[in-house]
This record gives sequence, C-alpha cells and structure tokens, in this order.
Amino acid sequence: MKHKNLRYDGTFDGFLTAVFTVFEQKLTQVDLQKESDLQGGLFSEIEIIITDESKANRVWKGIKSKLSPQGSYQLYYAFLSEQDGVEALLLDYITYAFASDENVDKDYSHPSILKIAQIAKMVGREKHRMEAFVRFKLTKDDVYFANIEPDFNVLPLISKHFKNRYADQKWMIYDIKRQYGLYYDLQTVSLMQMYLPKDFNFTKTDENYFAAEDLDFQTLWQDYFKSTNIASRKNMKLHVRHVPKRYWKYLSEKQPN
Amino acid sequence: MSFERTQEKLKILADAAKYDVSCSSSGSNRKNSNKGLGDASGMGICHSYTEDGRCVSLLKILLTNYCIFDCAYCVTRKSNDIKRAAFKVQEVVDLTINFYRRNYIEGLFLSSGIFKSADYTMERLVAVAKKLRLEENFNGYIHLKSIPGASDELMREAGLYADRLSVNIEIPTESGLKRLAPDKNREDFIKPMVKVKNEIIQYKAEKKVIKSTPKYAPAGQSTQMIIGASGENDFQIMQTSNHFYKQFNLKRVYYSGYVPISYDERLPQIGSAVPMLRENRLYQTDWLMRFYGFDVSEILNQQHQNLDLDIDPKLSWALRNLHEFPVDVNTADKRMLARIPGLGMRSVHKILNARRFRRLNWEHLKKIGLALNRAQYFIVCDSHIFERRDLSSEKIKGLILQNSTSKYQKTLSNQLSLFA
Repeated sequence: MKHKNLRYDGTFDGFLTAVFTVFEQKLTQVDLQKESDLQGGLFSEIEIIITDESKANRVWKGIKSKLSPQGSYQLYYAFLSEQDGVEALLLDYITYAFASDENVDKDYSHPSILKIAQIAKMVGREKHRMEAFVRFKLTKDDVYFANIEPDFNVLPLISKHFKNRYADQKWMIYDIKRQYGLYYDLQTVSLMQMYLPKDFNFTKTDENYFAAEDLDFQTLWQDYFKSTNIASRKNMKLHVRHVPKRYWKYLSEKQPN
Repeated sequence: MSFERTQEKLKILADAAKYDVSCSSSGSNRKNSNKGLGDASGMGICHSYTEDGRCVSLLKILLTNYCIFDCAYCVTRKSNDIKRAAFKVQEVVDLTINFYRRNYIEGLFLSSGIFKSADYTMERLVAVAKKLRLEENFNGYIHLKSIPGASDELMREAGLYADRLSVNIEIPTESGLKRLAPDKNREDFIKPMVKVKNEIIQYKAEKKVIKSTPKYAPAGQSTQMIIGASGENDFQIMQTSNHFYKQFNLKRVYYSGYVPISYDERLPQIGSAVPMLRENRLYQTDWLMRFYGFDVSEILNQQHQNLDLDIDPKLSWALRNLHEFPVDVNTADKRMLARIPGLGMRSVHKILNARRFRRLNWEHLKKIGLALNRAQYFIVCDSHIFERRDLSSEKIKGLILQNSTSKYQKTLSNQLSLFA
C-alpha cells in the first residue's frame, strides 16, 4: 500500500478531520502534517485535508466515548504542544483506544499513552505558569494588554480562567511567537490577529500607547517585590527554579530599572 | 493619591509585613458570580517568587506599623527606632484593585500594628475588606489578621468579608511569651480564634439547611509560630501545634525561622543564621501529622525532644521502630505504606493502583517512579532479592547518608561545625 502524507491546516479540527480520513480510507502508512511544515516525503502521495467540522466532531465524540474526560483532555493538551511528531503519537493513541473495549487512558505501559501523558503534563504546567506570569498594562483605550511567549500554544487553555477572573475589564493577551491573541470585550472572548506598529517594543511601556498611571503601578509593584524579600534567606537556586529565566523578559518585577 | 507618598508607605509597610509566612491563596470557594472583579474559587496561584524563593501570591502589607506593644521579637515593636507609616483605608483598596487588575496578585493579606486599641485596629481592617467586597465587587482572596483581643462582633463581621482569618501565637509556650512580650497574654490570642471557630461551625451547619447563608471565612483560619527565638524544643513546638490543630480546627500552622532583627539580649543576635533546616524538619513533621496518619507523640516525645537535622523525621521514626519493618508492598495496608521512609502519599497511591494489576517487583517499583534510596531497607516485594543482613539502625542510617547528598549539605556542615 502506498504511503500517504495528509496535510491539515494546523487546527485541532483539521487534525481530527485528518484522523477521520485515516479511518475512512483505512490508511496504515500515513504521516499527518501541518501545511506550514514543508517537509514532503519523497515517495509519498500528498493529500490536502479540508477541515470539516462535522467529521471532526464525529471523531471527537468517538474519542470521548472511549476515554475518561481527563484522557480526552490529555489528547487536546498534547496536540497544543506543537511538538515534532506529536500527530503520529496522537494517531497511535487514538487507534489503540478505538481498538480496545476498555478505557485505555491509564495504560501507561503503552509507549504512546505514556508519552502523551508526559507531554500533556508539560503543557498543563505551561498553562498554569501563564496564568501566573501574565502582566497586564493599561492602554490609553482602557484595555488591559499583556504579551506572552509561551513554549506551547496555551492561549486556548487559559481563556476561561481570565474570562472568569476579569469579567469587568476589557483585556487582551497576545502570543508574540504565534502572532495571535485573545480579546475580551466585556461579553465574549474572541481570537484575533493584531497589526502592531513596526517599532512596537513588547518589553517597554511606550507612553504613546499606554496610560501614564501604568508606569506608576509597575514601579509600585517592583518596590513591593523588593521589600517583601528577606535578604538573609536568599536562595537564588530556588528562585530561578520557580521563575525560570526565559520568562523574565516580560515580568515587570524582573525588569532592570 | 500622591504617588511618592504611597510609594514610601508601601516600602515601609511591605517590609514590615514580610515576616508573616502565610501566602496561601487557595481553599476558598468565592466565585465571580456578580460579573465583578476576581475569582477565588480555583487553586492558588503564585504570581512570582522573591529571591529568597518564597512565593508572592498576595499583596502582603500592614495597615500601619505604629504599635502600642513592645514584643521583643517584632520589628515594629514600640521601642524600635524605625520609620512609621499608616495607610488610609482607600489607599489599600486602590492598591489591591490596581495590582489585581494587572494580574500581579491573587488578593490581599492585611495585617497591622496595634494602634489605640484592639477593636479600633480591627475595625479598620474590616473596613478595608468590606469596601473591597461591597463597593468594588471584589471576589479575589482576602486574608485578614485577627487582632488579639478584638471583640466578637468585629470578628463576626470580619469573617463575612474575608476568606481566611489568622492570629499568630508567635511564641510556642506561655512562659516564652511572658518573657518576650510582657504586654500580651495568651487569652487575647485565643478569644478571636474561638469566635471564628464557632462561627465556621455554625456557618457549615446553617449552609446545609439554607443554601444562601452568607459565606463565613471559607478558607478557614491559620496561625504562625516563631522558631528559634525563645529556646523551645521541637517537642514543645509540635505539642502546641497539635493542640491548636485539634482545638481550633486550624487549616494551617506556619513555622517561621526567627530572622534576627534586634540586639535584645533575650534573643539570638543579629548575624546569627536563620534556622531554615529546623523549620523544614518541623514542616515535615506537620505533614506527617496531618496527611500520613502519624500521632505527634510517635515522632516527638519525652525521649526524643528534638528532630534530627541530618535525616527526615519519618526515617528517624522508622530507625527507632525497626520491629515494624520490613513492609511487604504487595500486601501492606495504606497506613503502613505511608510509614515507609522515602515514600510520599503520591507514591503510596501509585503502589495501591499498580498492585491491582500485578504483583510488584523492584523493576516495577522503579518504573512507576519510586525513590528507593531510603525505602529499600524497609520493604520486601515480589523478588528474591532483599536486604538480608541484620542491619542495625546506625548502620542503615550510615548507608543512606553515604548514598545521598542533602540539599542542605552546606547548612548541615555549618551547624555541625558549631559543636565540633
């Protein structure tokens, strides 16, 4: 049988549609790839997958009926890791789950299941870190704006947390790496693209865009951060383990002044 | 408000509040149901960590550091020559709201020096919480300090707006308290604690009947003791701790290694080390008491009044009770599994889950991720290989210490050299 290369649009629905295609055509030798990853197999036949919500829903419903809620969430978390080869692991997991009569999501002796559980845990940690490390700055248009650069694509996962918490203020969280953001307009949260001025500096608080009082509060926060430290208990190793250096760039309390 | 003035006050009053250890922001169930600001229903979040590795979750400040008391261990004591400041109620409200909106914090931890009288002070703390809840629709976490000696009416009101209340008993024994804080007596600490305990019991009972009963301190109450300031041994400290857990249904007792802040002769001098390792051993004991089914008297008693610094309290208990071992991981009950040195409750649950499918051998135990360095001397499993030598406690301790490096190595060698 010929090797097939399925290209999907990078969305979760797209991925599930591709999984649908795998089962529909009974493919055994198959690669699932995002369109953006240009890496054609030399001898494989390429098929472009057109995302189809109803097919995606059917697959997702099937997964949910086979796994515990936690198990199906793990698949979604792992998908958002965007790691190389995660599609193959997911497909292997899903195939195994559909073939078994029982719920397999705790069967850690299966290599794909163990691996997916580990990846999902990493994504979960990153989600929790982003809930902690987002730092909003108030813009002149009365929107609280934050930019992040998470290791994984966690924006879809943190949306609910911020919506519950900041129900009475407009806010926006922008993922610099993936170039999209969440915007809450006091009613709903939506995904959005953003066109920023060329010279926009994500680590600065430019007074052309941000409210003047915001710098005051950043200063107060930095002062607080220093005052609440007990110097005679200094433990930088522990500090860096909790706040890894890659996140310092956008934390106002870690800015040199 | 004038920015410079607020800035100076914040520096002074945050600096004075930092010796309060509690930074917990979990355990409440306050949802954002009024489309207001904040939500304290989930797990706690540490928004940052200071360079000493402690979590920053709440805006932890004093309302004022003016104080009529002269407690020797306290940095804001009356006789100490320091800058004094006081926040206005509205200033604290503005700071909290603005920090919260920027996702810097989970909420407010407000304490205070005692000015004029206990009730006068408590009234102002309550005023801050009330304003946050009623005027700002704030649903974030609020931890208020109960001021020793505050009236029942004020404590009742405080619990209606706060998620957690706490009184620090500070000194583990009454005699120590008398020596270091002659103006204070223990009854004053106990009074608000009793009131809050009773209110919580009543709230829980009423809640069962009437669902809309207003919340009362949903995250419970806690307290704190200073370690190493007044010469108590670990036995006395944990006795006190156990007493407070049992008598007042406390959520937490915190242990705070004394950070020297004065040249008072009754206290360790400035420059002496903070007893961080001892603090850590006390927390381990606290955990054994609350989650591992130990009775405090098993770990600390007349014969063993102090915890070992070089090994953890569970290992220390096991070495004194070798007749309870080895434990067979395939048959032992949960209580006994939890007593194996080196295994945490997570590992215990892993064993309980895994052994339903198959009998476990050393390979299995490693694969599910147990730390066997300590445990190997205390268990048998489905294998012919196990510790056959009739090892004495000292021998086992030696073998374990040989094969491990403590993260406290530096602290340990420092402390040992003191006695060398």
